Amino acid sequence: MSLQVDGLRVRYRTLRGDVHALDGVTFEVADGEIMGLVGESGCGKTTLAKSLIRLDGRMQYVDGVVELDGVKLPIDDQHAMNRFRFTQISFVPQYAMSALNPIRKIGKMIAELLESRGFDYKSIQPELERRLDLVGLPRDVLRRYPIELSGGMKQRTVVVVSTLLDPSLLVADEATSALDVSNQKAVAETLVEFRDRRFVRSVIVVTHDISLGYQIADTIMVMYAGKQAEKAPAEVIVNSPRHPYTQALMSSLPEVGVRYEDRRLAGIPGSPPPLLNPPSGCRFRDRCPLAFDQCAEEPPFVEIATGHSVACWKAA
Amino acid sequence: MLRLNRVWKTYRVGAFGTRELTAVRDVSLDVAPGEVVSLIGESGSGKTTIGRMVLRLNSVSQGRIEFDGTDVSTLRGRALKSYYRKVQGIFQDPYSSFNPIFKADRVFDMVRRQFFAGTPNATWHGKIEAALADVRLDPAQVLNKYPHQLSGGQLQRMLIARALLLDIKLLIADEIISMLDASTRIDVMNLLADLTSRGVGVLFVTHDLALGNYLSTTTVILRRGVIVEMGATDKVFANPQHPYSTHLLGSVPHLHKKWSQVEAELARHDARLGPCGYHAHMPGRCGMPPHDPDQPMLAEIEPGHVVGCSYDQPLG
Repeated sequence: MSLQVDGLRVRYRTLRGDVHALDGVTFEVADGEIMGLVGESGCGKTTLAKSLIRLDGRMQYVDGVVELDGVKLPIDDQHAMNRFRFTQISFVPQYAMSALNPIRKIGKMIAELLESRGFDYKSIQPELERRLDLVGLPRDVLRRYPIELSGGMKQRTVVVVSTLLDPSLLVADEATSALDVSNQKAVAETLVEFRDRRFVRSVIVVTHDISLGYQIADTIMVMYAGKQAEKAPAEVIVNSPRHPYTQALMSSLPEVGVRYEDRRLAGIPGSPPPLLNPPSGCRFRDRCPLAFDQCAEEPPFVEIATGHSVACWKAA
Repeated sequence: MLRLNRVWKTYRVGAFGTRELTAVRDVSLDVAPGEVVSLIGESGSGKTTIGRMVLRLNSVSQGRIEFDGTDVSTLRGRALKSYYRKVQGIFQDPYSSFNPIFKADRVFDMVRRQFFAGTPNATWHGKIEAALADVRLDPAQVLNKYPHQLSGGQLQRMLIARALLLDIKLLIADEIISMLDASTRIDVMNLLADLTSRGVGVLFVTHDLALGNYLSTTTVILRRGVIVEMGATDKVFANPQHPYSTHLLGSVPHLHKKWSQVEAELARHDARLGPCGYHAHMPGRCGMPPHDPDQPMLAEIEPGHVVGCSYDQPLG
């Protein structure tokens, strides 16, 4: 068992009150599993990704337990978390530029990073070069500045650096969203390859693009308004989703081959509820075509088949 | 309606403009009324530059851009103003299109000041309400609000409404939905499609093939400023002729097909194609400039479907 999250709640403190961005999330990511985390903006997926590695100043831990390989992570203690960051849990942000120091050559930056964590650059360098070869980057990127690389090369460099110490868990937050389609594919396949080679044992891929999640993830978890809506193997989510939100999300996605004249797709009317004062009951109720009386009561997130959990009264 | 005739754009880059960078190379295309032409390409393909040249935000280095037979670059004063009455652009980031310190509906007032100075208040308000109804916005929800109070989808729709206040014939839509959520982007797409039924031509700039395919009648695939393939959307997507087109198609994440499966299908398709679709129809050798300088850069392989040489030319 690699990652276990139980009842995690995180809120943002604002002047107008607390925003309940993550409202009781419970899931597991197995050893060797890639989990896709999908949802609209404001559904809590980035909050979840950040909580696992670093809570920023506005975020406040409420309760819940996060365990990695059976060890409880002190996610509310910034200093105690340092012991786990980079070595046990690592992170790939959306914009590689925000991960690379623009005034350091990449090799020097990596050396400083390793030394700050008490590792010796010289002894790790052969492995670093081997991994650069593996993702198709020339070794001399180490002697270049970040600005000299293209977006896709930078993002692949960041993936190599963040997995250099073979962490248990890698959290990739929209790592491919800012890239072109062909670079997107290269970075996504790098993540899969690194998992296959056990450079990293499990991966959480945060993405707004459910079709990208389907390409690389083993399981997909769909979130809505700070809660889990559905979690299942990727094939099940795509081919037989049970939550109306998952269904609506996919039917609003144009695929190659779907033409406007042949089939007019429809979006989901309305927008996610504000999380400052979240409504009671099912949070998707106002936008849901299937909503009925019982939805005023909050549906539990229950397993309806092996590995397939849904929070919807109609699905149970 | 809009015709680009062998348009080039060269930027001066480097210190004191010592180097030249060709962003758009010998591009010719047409946009007819009621037609959606999608310009598809990765970053650096010159797709945005083409849109900006049509809007006269960038000058043309060589060649002509004609709108209804007049050369756009010669327009001055009154003629230019009447051009902007017919041709408008909408850009990627809705939040940067609006001035955050003014209310969002100020964009309508600016149109009024420029183009409808003599219109009485009552007529003007009726016009705004009609335009908002066309983009399916509730006036009570969007008028008198600041940009940060509105969602990205609402802001993009307000910009379309703003264009509708004018008597537009051509809309340049530059990545207008890439910052929107999956649930709302399809509504904005449908809105664009509806515009075409009233005779508006749309130049739809995107890096997303699925969106281009959903909406457009004609597809133009650009690479490094050169058109590599152009034709009716169904022909280009069903029977791509250029290796770069198949490469792009193979990189798109599908929702029901894995990358490996798509790749295998495309590899079978590629195997049926000759080494170069262009030189199968035109004299000359790949990578060599043609003997006749007036030889067209694109060869017609079936009616309404043209392709460029497959040779992978170096940057410069």
